Amino acid sequence: MDWTALNLSLQLAVWTVVILLPVSVVMGRFLAFRQFRGKPLVEALVMLPLVLPPTVLGFYLLVTLGRNSPIGQWWHGVFDSQLVFSFQGLVVASILFNLPFAIQPAQRGFQAIPAELREAAACCGMSPWRSLWKVELPLAWPGVVTAMVLTFAHTLGEFGIVLMVGGSIPGETRTIAIAIYDRVQAFDTASAATMSAVLVAISLFTIAVTFALSARVGRRLG
Amino acid sequence: MALEVIARAGSPIALDAAFRVGHGELLALLGHSGSGKTTLLRTIAGLWRPEQARVTVDGTAWLDTAGRVDLPAHRRRVGIVFQNYALFPHMTAAQNVMAAMPAPDPTEAARILDLVNLHGLAERRPAQLSGGQQQRVALARALARRPQVLLLDEPFSAVDRATREKLHGEIIALRAHLQMPVVLVTHDVNEAQLLADRVAVIERGRIIREGTTAEVMADAEALRAMGIRELAAMLPATVVEHLPDGLTRLDAPTGPLFLPGVNSEPGTRLRVRIMAHDVILSRARPEGLSAQNILAGRVAKIVPGAGPGVVVHLAIGKHEILARITRRAADQLDLKPGETAHAIVKSMSVARDHVAPRRPR
Repeated sequence: MDWTALNLSLQLAVWTVVILLPVSVVMGRFLAFRQFRGKPLVEALVMLPLVLPPTVLGFYLLVTLGRNSPIGQWWHGVFDSQLVFSFQGLVVASILFNLPFAIQPAQRGFQAIPAELREAAACCGMSPWRSLWKVELPLAWPGVVTAMVLTFAHTLGEFGIVLMVGGSIPGETRTIAIAIYDRVQAFDTASAATMSAVLVAISLFTIAVTFALSARVGRRLG
Repeated sequence: MALEVIARAGSPIALDAAFRVGHGELLALLGHSGSGKTTLLRTIAGLWRPEQARVTVDGTAWLDTAGRVDLPAHRRRVGIVFQNYALFPHMTAAQNVMAAMPAPDPTEAARILDLVNLHGLAERRPAQLSGGQQQRVALARALARRPQVLLLDEPFSAVDRATREKLHGEIIALRAHLQMPVVLVTHDVNEAQLLADRVAVIERGRIIREGTTAEVMADAEALRAMGIRELAAMLPATVVEHLPDGLTRLDAPTGPLFLPGVNSEPGTRLRVRIMAHDVILSRARPEGLSAQNILAGRVAKIVPGAGPGVVVHLAIGKHEILARITRRAADQLDLKPGETAHAIVKSMSVARDHVAPRRPR
């Protein structure tokens, strides 16, 4: 059992969730309520990571974040390290890869709020900001929470893109999914089995808890 | 002063309307669905902007497309009751009311909930309240903001008939506390006649007739859009006594009225709506009739309709009873302005929800 790898995976998942939470709320709400030209294109871009092979996304990330890219050079100038094959690079990759999981459920959550309720909030004198906190988020939060749980569980299970952008550096980029792959390659079936079981348990637990919570909210508001 | 509205638009709905509502006055915008009446309400609230419009409240412009003034909805002090109430489902009744206050004040919320007869239900969520109770919460929330204008968008259409009657009575009683202009959107002629001080009939985005409720409701031409069967006279009356046989005797300026058991204490001042098509006319005072109400008057005018009917205005003192009869019957009776006639009204033809309290002075 590779505890370092598990710890790294959990850290990666937490960072991804923390950074994607505001993105999920802002983009989900924006796509739910605003009509604009080019909206289908934006929605398609958000969904793209879901259909592309992780290797394609990983390849483009290697190109755009690599040492010779403008971003890679800027990062090197500021932090004196490289972005690819590092934990920070993994976080960037993970954020991009999780956009559909973070935004789609939140968008659905906001879309489910009747337009009349938002109008009522405005007619109660609530500014758009106050309406977000008092009316929209309390009603859309099951969607936002679902988004975050999916993002968390999905990050734990990321494989292809991690391998492309991060490689398999112990303590830096070797997540639990990579560690399992390594163990299988080394014919260490016992370790692979333990780690797989742990991953199944964590993922199942998180998702089950979310479903239980949202069922409770549904009953309360029904 | 008070509320003044001018609105013109070509799409998505044709609109060309102007009206004003004074302080403490209730104007009913009466029309079929799709006539544009709700759009006018949304224009006042800032939820929709016509191509050309001006909305001023006490002289201050909320919207002026020519002067480029357009306050966002949350900066217009309106109270609005939506057709389906639009209560916040995650908040209790009290929280819903406090959501409309600049500074939430539980004591004030309780006072407003008492005002709309919701004592003891402050901690319930909307899902735990009946339709009528939800409507009262919506009204309380609309009032909590101390609005400069109160807007009611078909607020009684989603409740059953008995609840609606009760809510009508409550609104009439509540109006003693309301100083602001009130705009009621409705397609229910009875509701407009019972509740409004003035009525504007809207058809395809235009106001085809506007005036006091008595004027508009006696105008067969104006009501044609709503269905001529809705033509009715409104009589003030006071409850005198409940009789042992289940009838209630009322005192009206036209003489005594007998109606099926009215649910009000003796002394209560009421308005009674008498449908024109339920009234029979007779030249001589009839005898041997089952009808309990025979009102003597003088023919004021006879308005011919488009079809075989005429509307006879029978003046009784300074009030009028309207009778819709056939042209043939009017000819047979040789009815002419100035001549006497008797209006016959069956007690049982006056529906319960056509009797409502009068506004307290």
